[in-house]
Amino acid sequence: MSVATLTEMVDEIRDGMTVGIGGWGSRRKPMALVRALLRAGRRDLTVVTYGGPDVGLLTASGCARRIVTGFVSLDSIPLEPHFAHARQNGNVALTEYDEGMLYWGLLAAANRLPFLPIRAGLGSDVMRVNPQLRTVRSPYGDDLLVAMPALDLDVAMIHLNLADDGGNGRYLGPDPYFDDLFCQAAKRRFLTCERIVPTTELVGAGPPQTLLTNRSMIDAVAETPHGAHFTSCVPDYGRDEEFQREYATTDWDTFRARYLDGDESDYQKAIRR
Amino acid sequence: MTTRAEICVTACAEAWRGDGAILASFAGTVPGLGARLAQLTFAPDLLVTDGEATLLRDDAVEGWLPYRQVFAMVAAGTRHVMMGASQLDRHGNSNISCIGDWERPKRQLLGVRGAPGNTIGHTTSYWVPRHSPRVFVEHVDMVSGIGGDRGAHEIRVVVTDLAVLDFATPDHTMRLRSTHPGVTVRQVVDATGFPLVVSGQVPQTRMPTAEELALIRDHLDPDGRRDR
Repeated sequence: MSVATLTEMVDEIRDGMTVGIGGWGSRRKPMALVRALLRAGRRDLTVVTYGGPDVGLLTASGCARRIVTGFVSLDSIPLEPHFAHARQNGNVALTEYDEGMLYWGLLAAANRLPFLPIRAGLGSDVMRVNPQLRTVRSPYGDDLLVAMPALDLDVAMIHLNLADDGGNGRYLGPDPYFDDLFCQAAKRRFLTCERIVPTTELVGAGPPQTLLTNRSMIDAVAETPHGAHFTSCVPDYGRDEEFQREYATTDWDTFRARYLDGDESDYQKAIRR
Repeated sequence: MTTRAEICVTACAEAWRGDGAILASFAGTVPGLGARLAQLTFAPDLLVTDGEATLLRDDAVEGWLPYRQVFAMVAAGTRHVMMGASQLDRHGNSNISCIGDWERPKRQLLGVRGAPGNTIGHTTSYWVPRHSPRVFVEHVDMVSGIGGDRGAHEIRVVVTDLAVLDFATPDHTMRLRSTHPGVTVRQVVDATGFPLVVSGQVPQTRMPTAEELALIRDHLDPDGRRDR
């Protein structure tokens, strides 16, 4: 376990890997790390996520080959325009699950199980568009259930408000989302955070149950202030609605040239203009 | 003068009548006002969130409900959601995923979200702000939420800007329960892309009471978001 730079983290993520991304929709996404991945020009990634602009950035830039998700949304802007564009043009493959199924798939992977049974999906076209999905009879009765396969990840990427240099991490907002599960489902686990603080300060910053990650769950931590921008990272900052509108309405090449061609510090400077 | 939006809010609230201490979830302003109105009046046990992770009783915090606990309630069946639908068929199958062929959609929408789990796990209702043949279709392009013919737990009502619909027919196909004041049966039938069951004299959707109107106008929505 070590404190690392975004470049060091991205160097460990190779073409074709399956990458899980924490947060939810347009909330607390590890955007600095997503931007670094995009700049490094990774290809053929399978991205497992409760989708937001992480999906838009990785599809528009050609990094993602497949998205595994239940939805992709910018929340205050319901539909993710870059993802929608890629789907309508056949530029990205999709594995579409019920969002509870996605949770169960992470739970299975985290518990080293091949699958977990769930009712969600039965009768719906989720079964039609995922012909690999199997059902299972309860061994204790007649219930027919979906055998949701484990979502084993090569890499998990999450963003929290605070962490120490060991990977103990705390969320200060209202929802942990599924960030701990993403880490438990993955072989390599990267945590970015608003601030790295001494352990005593981390522990003093709130009740113990909001310490979401511990050292066993994280391989490297990086301090990326404002690193979830333009998604929300409350209470440090809310979603940058104005920027999100610009992202959603600007053509990709213009947006990329304006904000993504430099490095993360260039990005942070550019958004403050 | 009571507005159509106020009648819709009350009709949405009615969906949760008798539900007890379960989570009322919703997508959209009108169903959200309906859930809160129900909690303040005839369904005081309902749980309502702020749309994030906080449970509210009339704007005051009463609990915590992060997404992972919502999924547990979906699986346990202790929830009744009022969802949106881009397409809806006579059995209550709904689509929020995409328009056209799933492999290469004409329009990518949200994705199935929690619709498959919601509809098999607990009671589901729908809010359709613009009743039209584009929404009420013979066959949905991607079954996101399942209907009665595919094993839904219970599809209770569909509230639209014109009417309230339910599935109280022998084969559980969609029926016109009531038309909103000023709306004719013919208007609703013409705006529905499949044959709607219309039996006998169709009643009018009830008007909000004076107490309900005051709550909507002065307490829940003084800024008039319901009219947008």
